[in-house]
Amino acid sequence: MLYSPTPMHIPDGFLAITISIFCWVISAAVIGVAISRTNKSLGEKQIPLMGVMAAFIFAAQMINFPVAGGTSGHLLGGALAAIVLGPWAGMLVMTAVIAVQGLLFQDGGLVVMGANILNMGLVTAAVGYGLYRATKNQPKGVRLAVAGVAAWLSVMTGALLCSIELWLSGTSQLAVVFPAMMGVHALIGLGEALITVSALAFIMQTRPDLLGAGSESASGSSSWAWVGGLIALVVVLFSPLASADPDGLERVAINMGFINNGLSAPYQIIPDYTIPFLGETALSTIVAGIVGVIVVGGVVFLIGRGLKAKSHS
Amino acid sequence: MHFDAFDRYHEKDSFLHHLDPRVKVVVTIVFIVSNALLPDAAWFGFLFAWIFLLLVNAASKLGVAYTLKRSLLALPFALIAITVLFSIPGKPVLQFHFLMWDLTVTDMGLLRFVSILVRSWLSVQMAILLVAVTRFPDLIHALEHLRVPAILTTIIAFLYRYLFVLTDEVFRLLRAREARSAAVPGTRSGGGVLWRAKIAGNMAGQLFLRSYERSDRIYNAMVARGYSGHLYTLNPHEMKSTDYFATAFAIVVIFVTQILGRF
Amino acid sequence: MPVTHLKKQFSLPECSGDVLTVQDLHFSYPDGHNALHGVSLKLCEGDKVALVGPNGAGKSTLMLHLNGILNGHGDVEVAGQRLTRDNLPAIRSMVGLVFQSPDDQLFSPTVFEDVAFGPLHMGLSEEEVRARVDSALEAVRMSAYRDRLSHHLSVGEKKRIAIATVLSMKPSLLVLDEPSAGLDPRARRTLINLLRDLPITMLVSTHDMKLVQELFPRTIVMDEGKVVADGLTIEILEDEALLNAHGLEKP
Repeated sequence: MLYSPTPMHIPDGFLAITISIFCWVISAAVIGVAISRTNKSLGEKQIPLMGVMAAFIFAAQMINFPVAGGTSGHLLGGALAAIVLGPWAGMLVMTAVIAVQGLLFQDGGLVVMGANILNMGLVTAAVGYGLYRATKNQPKGVRLAVAGVAAWLSVMTGALLCSIELWLSGTSQLAVVFPAMMGVHALIGLGEALITVSALAFIMQTRPDLLGAGSESASGSSSWAWVGGLIALVVVLFSPLASADPDGLERVAINMGFINNGLSAPYQIIPDYTIPFLGETALSTIVAGIVGVIVVGGVVFLIGRGLKAKSHS
Repeated sequence: MHFDAFDRYHEKDSFLHHLDPRVKVVVTIVFIVSNALLPDAAWFGFLFAWIFLLLVNAASKLGVAYTLKRSLLALPFALIAITVLFSIPGKPVLQFHFLMWDLTVTDMGLLRFVSILVRSWLSVQMAILLVAVTRFPDLIHALEHLRVPAILTTIIAFLYRYLFVLTDEVFRLLRAREARSAAVPGTRSGGGVLWRAKIAGNMAGQLFLRSYERSDRIYNAMVARGYSGHLYTLNPHEMKSTDYFATAFAIVVIFVTQILGRF
Repeated sequence: MPVTHLKKQFSLPECSGDVLTVQDLHFSYPDGHNALHGVSLKLCEGDKVALVGPNGAGKSTLMLHLNGILNGHGDVEVAGQRLTRDNLPAIRSMVGLVFQSPDDQLFSPTVFEDVAFGPLHMGLSEEEVRARVDSALEAVRMSAYRDRLSHHLSVGEKKRIAIATVLSMKPSLLVLDEPSAGLDPRARRTLINLLRDLPITMLVSTHDMKLVQELFPRTIVMDEGKVVADGLTIEILEDEALLNAHGLEKP
């Protein structure tokens, strides 16, 4: 194996089609905002810069360091990419990396790629950048420390989303997948944090001007701090809840109609959403999924608009 | 380090190699979606999908073993789904004691577990075939034609071009680290974990700076040839009648798969 | 440290500078480093000129000025047109700049896409672009490589394709930075033959004095941001005091 894939690259077949489509639409909406934002802020240099930076993240994921007992720490890169390039460019770069890993190396599936992009590229960038951005005027030591925490949390957020998707797809039980994913990624996140911090320290020492360029591109920075902080807060609050009573959560989900446990078509996770005239078919479920997703997409779009408006004022 | 380790394309002169990349991308995606739509234990559907896969494989001249070997890649992920064996209610088929748990595998759980694995196994093989018979630049063109935003396809194209160059740099850095990681017999070497992490981080920082500077030089090379913020491309792909025929055939087969999967 | 070498006149053929005229060019980098210090030179149709001098002499900086990637004080005229912001696209199609590292020059996945990049961005028709790609690859004798992937090429092949990427723009001046660096003897020989046969005005920056001797009738020596000598290669290579003063070696 040339680079060690984390347990976060979901292959095709492990997610319900509705979950896959749902994640695709959210990812596509965020990517759309990212494209329009980077177009405006980075200018004509953005294309070669983001292209080579994507190759950089890909290559940097191969840098590892031995930890103990044959295991090694390495980088996922979402937080680092967002911190050095700004959040939107960081998201696009991560999207390209995950796309190539899925397309070229089958590391992560194609139809579930939306979920992989969301987990490993978008929320990692948002959390990593948001928390780091909150330390804008702090001394270097504080910034680095926060960057480390942000990198760790970004991985944990990705893992959390990943286990929720697997759970909602009926692929895994929350009581098992949640502690397993979070446990493994608490360790992986440490490697992520250590490499991110020392890479940042290195850049701060040699070319501090480059870090300035990255964050300039993200105006509306205080909103980022809020977004990053909020997501991190959700992770922090949700984790103990889920670990303490995963079965309880599962019951809530079943009661709310999110899960149809058992054999009755696992892809029909939102039965109330089936479109009447189409009947109970797969097509109907897909259409329902799309409708649900458009609603979410609209919300995301509005948030994007909000961020934009704020940055212009 | 040699680039072959990253190239998934296999030069052959087969029907599939000559098919329009758009057709291959679309059929692959429809096939994977179809697998995801098949209900659990839709054995006829799975079987038919598998036959289609074998047919496609034959049309690629790569041999069944080729995809079979590579499809094991996704196997470790099956661990994630293992709990459905025990969690879904049904008739017990196997009971055993593991560490501190008494575990009961149910027939329904087994059906679900095997169904997840089969779906994934079929899907991964089709994706493997796709990149084995399509050159990656053609795949990028297909994405362009399929309306993936140009900025993304361009980043992907740059990523593909420079992943070989930058991974070479990483391997040089790693080799340099290895060459200096000497140990005196009888002493503990290598420093602490933190120190090792710091070295790795410095390498990443170093690589970042080199990449940044490289992107500047590439930008200059682009500007010198007339680039001024907008990219123009020529994508020499045209759908032929065989392409339309192949698409229609695949869609029919996948449709039949769905019907069979519901008996 | 100022250069104390006594400037000697070398014989030069009559040249009005119909391809390139650089007049009193000054440039300093944003970090304050003074890279060009009043550079003047003229190139005429059919000239093949070597540009030599130690690292940091300002050769690469000068080259970046020739199609307006850097803009210093002073005049740059290409084919009688003074380089300004407005005619930048036109100038860039006339000056073919090939950078030292072919991995930076070849940024597209395939050879075809890279050679087509220049003509496409000049706004030529698809037909014309294809014709130009074919003739440029023909000129560097790499026609068989049209559909190859760039990362599969050897260094020598990459260098030749890199030249094709600007030949496809049909420039009136070819500017090469260190074309023979990093090549094995056979690839270097192939490149020398190629450069000799290309019927185009060229300015080539290099440390390879054997290449200079073999290929270029005229040599310009730069040091510390200035042109310190400009003349017939045979005469300059005989002036050992000049060569020693600027860290050069007689081949």
